[in-house]
Amino acid sequence: MSNPEPAVTLGNLRVAFGKVQVVDGVDLTVERGQAMALIGESGSGKSVTLRAILRLFHEGRSRIEGTILAAGRDVQALSKRQLADFRGGDVSMIFQEPLLAFDPVYTVGQQITEAIHRHEKISKDDARKRALALFERVRIPSPERRLDNYPHEMSGGMRQRAMIALALACRPQVLLADEPTTALDATVQIQVLLLLRELQRDLGLSIIIVTHDLGAAVEVADRIAVMYAGKIVETGTAHQVVLDPHHPYTIGLLRSRAEGALAKGSRLQTIPGSPPDLANRPPGCPFAPRCFLAEEQCRREMPPVAEIAPGHKVACWRTDEAAAAYRAGPTPVRAAELVPA
Amino acid sequence: MSVIPSAPDPFARDRGGPAQPLLSVSGLYKHFPVRKAGGKKQVVRAVDGVDFDVLKGETLGIVGESGCGKSTTAKLLMGLIERDSGSLLYDGQAVGERVMPWRSYRRQVQMVFQDSYASLNPRMTVEQSIAFGPKVNGVSGREAVERARALLARVGLEPKRFAGRYPHEISGGQRQRVNIARSLALEPRLVLLDEAVSALDKSVEAQVLNLLLDLKAEFGLTYIFISHDLNVVRFISDRVMVMYLGRVSEIGPSDTVLDAPAHPYTEALLASMPSLDPDNRTQAALLQGDPPNPIDPPSGCRFHPRCTLAEPICSEKEPPLDTVGPLHRVSCLARQPGSGHSAAPARALAA
Amino acid sequence: MTAPITAASMALDGGVLSAGDTAPEAAFVPSRGFWGHVGHRLVRDPVAMGAGALILLVVLIAILAPWITPMDPYKGSMLRRLKHVGDATYWLGSDELGRDMISRLMLGARLSLFIGVTPVLIAFVIGSAIGILAGYVGGWLNTILMRTIDVFFAFPSVLLAIALSGALGAGIFNSIVSLTCVFVPQIARVAESVTTGIRKRDYIDAAKLSGASPLTIMRVQVLGNVVGPIFVYATSLISVSMILASGLSFLGLGVRPPEPEWGLMLNTLRTAIYANPVVAALPGVCIFIVSIAFNLFSDGLRAAMEIRQ
Repeated sequence: MSNPEPAVTLGNLRVAFGKVQVVDGVDLTVERGQAMALIGESGSGKSVTLRAILRLFHEGRSRIEGTILAAGRDVQALSKRQLADFRGGDVSMIFQEPLLAFDPVYTVGQQITEAIHRHEKISKDDARKRALALFERVRIPSPERRLDNYPHEMSGGMRQRAMIALALACRPQVLLADEPTTALDATVQIQVLLLLRELQRDLGLSIIIVTHDLGAAVEVADRIAVMYAGKIVETGTAHQVVLDPHHPYTIGLLRSRAEGALAKGSRLQTIPGSPPDLANRPPGCPFAPRCFLAEEQCRREMPPVAEIAPGHKVACWRTDEAAAAYRAGPTPVRAAELVPA
Repeated sequence: MSVIPSAPDPFARDRGGPAQPLLSVSGLYKHFPVRKAGGKKQVVRAVDGVDFDVLKGETLGIVGESGCGKSTTAKLLMGLIERDSGSLLYDGQAVGERVMPWRSYRRQVQMVFQDSYASLNPRMTVEQSIAFGPKVNGVSGREAVERARALLARVGLEPKRFAGRYPHEISGGQRQRVNIARSLALEPRLVLLDEAVSALDKSVEAQVLNLLLDLKAEFGLTYIFISHDLNVVRFISDRVMVMYLGRVSEIGPSDTVLDAPAHPYTEALLASMPSLDPDNRTQAALLQGDPPNPIDPPSGCRFHPRCTLAEPICSEKEPPLDTVGPLHRVSCLARQPGSGHSAAPARALAA
Repeated sequence: MTAPITAASMALDGGVLSAGDTAPEAAFVPSRGFWGHVGHRLVRDPVAMGAGALILLVVLIAILAPWITPMDPYKGSMLRRLKHVGDATYWLGSDELGRDMISRLMLGARLSLFIGVTPVLIAFVIGSAIGILAGYVGGWLNTILMRTIDVFFAFPSVLLAIALSGALGAGIFNSIVSLTCVFVPQIARVAESVTTGIRKRDYIDAAKLSGASPLTIMRVQVLGNVVGPIFVYATSLISVSMILASGLSFLGLGVRPPEPEWGLMLNTLRTAIYANPVVAALPGVCIFIVSIAFNLFSDGLRAAMEIRQ
């Protein structure tokens, strides 16, 4: 690699809304050309982490601390003006609901050429040509005609592709994707996931995708980071995290999937209880109250991040026991069931 | 121990015996008129000739993508929208006729909705919501509240803590437990779950699925389980029905349908499920584009424009839903002997 | 910790906690109920509270006016006309007939509030009934009711109020009737759209499935959810009503002299606008402040009622 500098580096990122610490010390590195998936359940802070990279929050109501380096820029130091150029220029984002990203009164083509004009001095014809090429790139059928469609005239999957085209309009280095396939049908979801993979490969794009679906994460990501209560509890290659998990929460997520059931009608392994109240964070490991391996130390002290294999980091006091329990088969569940989620 | 005092034997109300389907749906149609730009009148063929049976004590999974008509089917089964034509037989009795008016049918068939928040009245406590059904059916106020509390306990929500709560004060998973408790308050035999776990986080989804399994065993329930998630459907269902553009494309035992699908669409759906194996990721999508619009569906077999097996005959002839194996029916010409499709099995083999 | 047990045995007791396993009781917050929440949030809104206090003060003054006015509001004196604000006897000056302004403003609050609030209250009842009926029943009934109401929307409300008042003749009763007619369509339209929205919610479907009659569903499930938003809208109309009522009086279509009413006082003091502009403007200031207070309170109420999951 000619440029060894990572595409995105988050150092001890903390984001709070009022008294609620939603992201609580996230360290994350995404190399150039790499696809990273942030997975976790609602309230884990995965979406907020992603949005922090573009500082997409109301300034008065949020507090962002820590370092954010993306596409070679120090995001925290950017002025309002620089930030506007940075968003959509160096780093762009796609969302779950494409209708929110588009203005309903302009055609999709107009909005893409407009986005190109905002960042570059380029003739109208060239901008239109670029838009057309983008539409071909994201595999929209009869692209010439589709450029003149209004957003509502497109089907869900096509709108998602059009939004990806819009996001790529200014040749960003990093693409952030927030639950990009959650609202889509299964047969469309896989097409969009494959498209993201293709863009990563062909354009050398760095991608961070946020999803609650482990399956979607495995399909696109080289590396996976699992978030719980505002912290990253496990990171590693997709292979390491999914096939050799070392954190009890990751294990719980894998085991609670319906396809992991031993036989039809057998019960699913569940994670008892529900996520902690972020406004009243307990001391120690946030997962301890729901963990089948928790002991006194877990409830007292936050475990340090340990690198258990090259590139595989886990924040848990009992990684060995956890990994052994996963390999041994069905996990014992702790006796005290908490209030169901 | 049953928490519902008046239902000692879940099969006491049975009429036709175990062999008679609990619910028999035939020739179900529902078209919605729409007006396109230009004033031309068109119809959305939401449900376009659907037949199926729900057997006593089974879980029938219904899968399909948006526009396939699964949610409309659910609403038709519950009588929330009026059917254009078709008949519903509940345990042998025609629903909506004098022997089985909607009112008594609904006491036996209940529904759980996808949106746990929208399906609870925000101004009513959890307990009031559950007790509402029994109350309007003549149960005394005190008894209805007692039943509500017993059901809350049964779905895992301690009555002391949860009975007086309002929907916005509890989590999504807890709300869906409340909805399940409400659906059981009238002691139904059939519960229709319309994407009931789809909006929940995976770990919560697993908790609720386990609960559904327990309740089914305890109360002798029959489920219709509508979902877009094949993994969940495979886990919970005995039989699966796959719908496409308002029609049934395949129905059969879930192991057969999901492990050895006969319809190319089912195959494509299965291939679209993300793999959980990082070393063996999906390489190509079997289907391109979005599911088509149920306004103006394709002629013949509705799947033919996206089908890998399509031949000219597929655009001409509508495939009937034919038996291809034990309890396994498929509407695909390529699987039907003598259909004229080149891949169709020979007539002799089919016998 | 107790010995681990399997997931299956745990689920058999349905996740109900035995005494030893219960989470600390401190975590248990008793429910406040819907209106409890609204009240809780409303008291935390300083603007709404200030506006509410001001409204309460004006209402108290209006009720107690006959006993607390410093002077006789009807007794004039040709010698003491148009005294300025800050006068030793007349703190807020005197009007064109030499009557004490502060006494007249206090007593005027009665009629102004009365003809401002009454039409909205009556229209709230009638308009809600029409709108909820149209929204809940739907179909042709909705079409008939709502199209009829649309006819009223063809006229600006000021013109409509003046036209109706003019046709009915001057007087307090007639101006209340005409203002009610102005507000019924507006409230009915809001009530209809709120009800139509509620009718599509899943919990209404769930109630239907439980076998409840339409009337029961309307009473138990719909009413509680629509009345709140309609009420909030109605409170926002009180300010409009007060201004319109004053306008009618100003035009001589409402309250008749010598009764004090802010709009009428504004009219009669009009002639003194050059001689004593501050005193002439006082009734207008009262109308302005009270209607703003109603608006701010209504805004606060709306915000407090927005409860998200």
